[in-house]
Amino acid sequence: MYELSGVTKTYQKGRATVTALDGVDVVIGDGEWLAIQGPTGHGKTTLLQMLGGLDRPTAGVVDFDGQDLAVLRERQVNRVRARSIGFIFQTFNLIPTLSAQENVEAALVPLGTGAAERRVRAAQALADMGLADRASHLPYELSGGQQQRVAIARALVKSPSVLLADEPTGNLDETTRDEIIGLLEKLWHDHGLTLILVTHDSAVAARAQRTGLMRHGRLSIVQDSREPASQAGGSGAL
Amino acid sequence: MFFTYLRRELRRRIRQAVFIALGLAVGIGLVITVMAASTGVAQAQDTVLHALYGVGTDITVTKAPPANSGGPFGFRVGGRGSTSAQRPKAGTKFSRSTLVNRALGPLSSASVTAISRLHGVAAAAGGLALTDLTVSGTIPSAPAGGGGGFGGGFAGPASFKTNTFTVNGTQLSAGEVGPLSSGKLTSGRTFTTADASSDVAVLDSGYATQNKLGTGSTIDVAGTSFKVIGIVSQPQGGNPADVYIPLGRAQALAGMKNQVNTVYVAAGSAAGISSVSRQIHAVVPGATVTTASDLASEVTGSLASAASLARNLGKWLAVAVLAAAFLLASLLSMSAVTRRVREFGTLKALGWRGGRITGQVLGESVVIGIAGGLAGIGLGFAGAALVTALASPLTATPGQATGSATPGGARAFSGGPGGFGGGPGSAGGPGGGFRRLFGDAAGAVTVHLSATVTVGAVLLAVLLAISGGLIAGALGGWRAARLPPAAALARVE
Repeated sequence: MYELSGVTKTYQKGRATVTALDGVDVVIGDGEWLAIQGPTGHGKTTLLQMLGGLDRPTAGVVDFDGQDLAVLRERQVNRVRARSIGFIFQTFNLIPTLSAQENVEAALVPLGTGAAERRVRAAQALADMGLADRASHLPYELSGGQQQRVAIARALVKSPSVLLADEPTGNLDETTRDEIIGLLEKLWHDHGLTLILVTHDSAVAARAQRTGLMRHGRLSIVQDSREPASQAGGSGAL
Repeated sequence: MFFTYLRRELRRRIRQAVFIALGLAVGIGLVITVMAASTGVAQAQDTVLHALYGVGTDITVTKAPPANSGGPFGFRVGGRGSTSAQRPKAGTKFSRSTLVNRALGPLSSASVTAISRLHGVAAAAGGLALTDLTVSGTIPSAPAGGGGGFGGGFAGPASFKTNTFTVNGTQLSAGEVGPLSSGKLTSGRTFTTADASSDVAVLDSGYATQNKLGTGSTIDVAGTSFKVIGIVSQPQGGNPADVYIPLGRAQALAGMKNQVNTVYVAAGSAAGISSVSRQIHAVVPGATVTTASDLASEVTGSLASAASLARNLGKWLAVAVLAAAFLLASLLSMSAVTRRVREFGTLKALGWRGGRITGQVLGESVVIGIAGGLAGIGLGFAGAALVTALASPLTATPGQATGSATPGGARAFSGGPGGFGGGPGSAGGPGGGFRRLFGDAAGAVTVHLSATVTVGAVLLAVLLAISGGLIAGALGGWRAARLPPAAALARVE
């Protein structure tokens, strides 16, 4: 699925050069669940953005199913995001003027899906999240957990192969956190998704197959509970 | 999705949308109002010009009077048979009436034919603008050794009276162009070709009323009695002739056989006027060719000021307000985009292309622009109505160019150095010349300004509204589209 080699990201902050990623090498296999932990400002989110094609590295290769996201044209990266990658954010990032149903439909717009099909698929995705009765609600009319479930429905409605989650439980209470993580785990398991999740929460990270630690822009795997067969699929990550 | 998202987004920031729309509306409304006022001024100018020229006349051709034509003017009291040696007795009463052409130089009647044959000329008619001058009085006692004749002067105080009215010799075969073309017959009939050699006259209604004349009355022109066959009312501002008589009769009475002093020309099209003017200059060397636009530039008074105001201040004010409205709309659109950076970053993360996001922002701005345009059209109509209701009546004073066929041109004529009368002890005295004869009739014309909103102005408003929306939306959309998604998502709201 992913093969990152020497991925480096630097940027200027005033006169200083900040290194957000410092030669990250990692292989993430199909259907793997990788949790990334680390202190704030050590490059977790930047790495997730590289994986999602939202940013380009200063150096290195971000290979996604044989395509280097670092050098693809913007239009091509857009297509990859639209078809294959789902995002979940800490702050849910729902469009405030659109209903839950319309927010989910928005993910199908770049795929050119017709309005009728969009409606059906979005309604089904919301029903899968237990939100069928909240379809017409605007985001502010929903609780944090419900909003995150709408965001998950939006991420999954297009049936992506990868789900990138940036602190998905960061804004939720403990009960809702467990509910959302349970849901993600189920989806990962049922749909064979590749789930890459950034979290500060060790309890969340503990449920992943592998846990990586980001420090000073470098990634190191600190826990790996994959079965030997799966590990082979990861081709000796790191 | 596009329209749903657009509608919801506009509803979310309804106050800002209304504010932008109102800004555009004010700008567009002002443009429409200024255009309506300009149209009104142009229509008022047309009214004045038509009155001066006659409806359908595009060009007049005249010639400045010869250099020595303003010299001494004398006549004899004793009649045609008298000689200078036969001085009339003191106390003798006299009255002499004559047609004079001092305002304009003569043109050959052949030039009318030549002009009518020019390419682009629809019609041409000759005219003879003259003044009937009647001098009456009593011969004062003569000084010892005084010269004979009137020109020799009299020692006693002058006791002469002058009476003048303007006479226009009118070509009868060209009714669609010429001085009578803009008149409205209020009584009797106008000329027919059968009247060419008849002593018949059509009177201006103002002159007829003033002198208690009507159809069937008679009027004395240069000592010849003319029967009044009709009364004509000329539009305001025309400063019309008092009496119209057949051209042939005017030529005969003024001793100007085969001569005219004005040629009225109608061009085949407005676009051909300048070409016709050039051709006329070629066939009538030395002629003064006056077009409607020349005439418009000679009009002074508050009408001219209003035209200048609409043309200069009004135009630039409208442009400035519109530019400010566009700028405001653009800035607010950019500001709205700034507030929605994370939203656009999210959409990009979902795979939305920059173009689609630009289109969304553009769509919102265009809708605001159209709303502003519609409100602006309403404001424009209201502004135009307000201008019409509140505008003071405009005055127009026709130009003073010597040699022009306009009444203004005639008014400019001066009797010249000698003035009326001649030599030492003259009856007229210095400066008593013909300016008075013509100039008394001069006066400012009052025209009411009616601001008219044209279809063109409304279409322009719609165009401006859409342009305003597109400019504002393009700037905002461009900014939204070029945001790197990672940076957009990292933005803290």
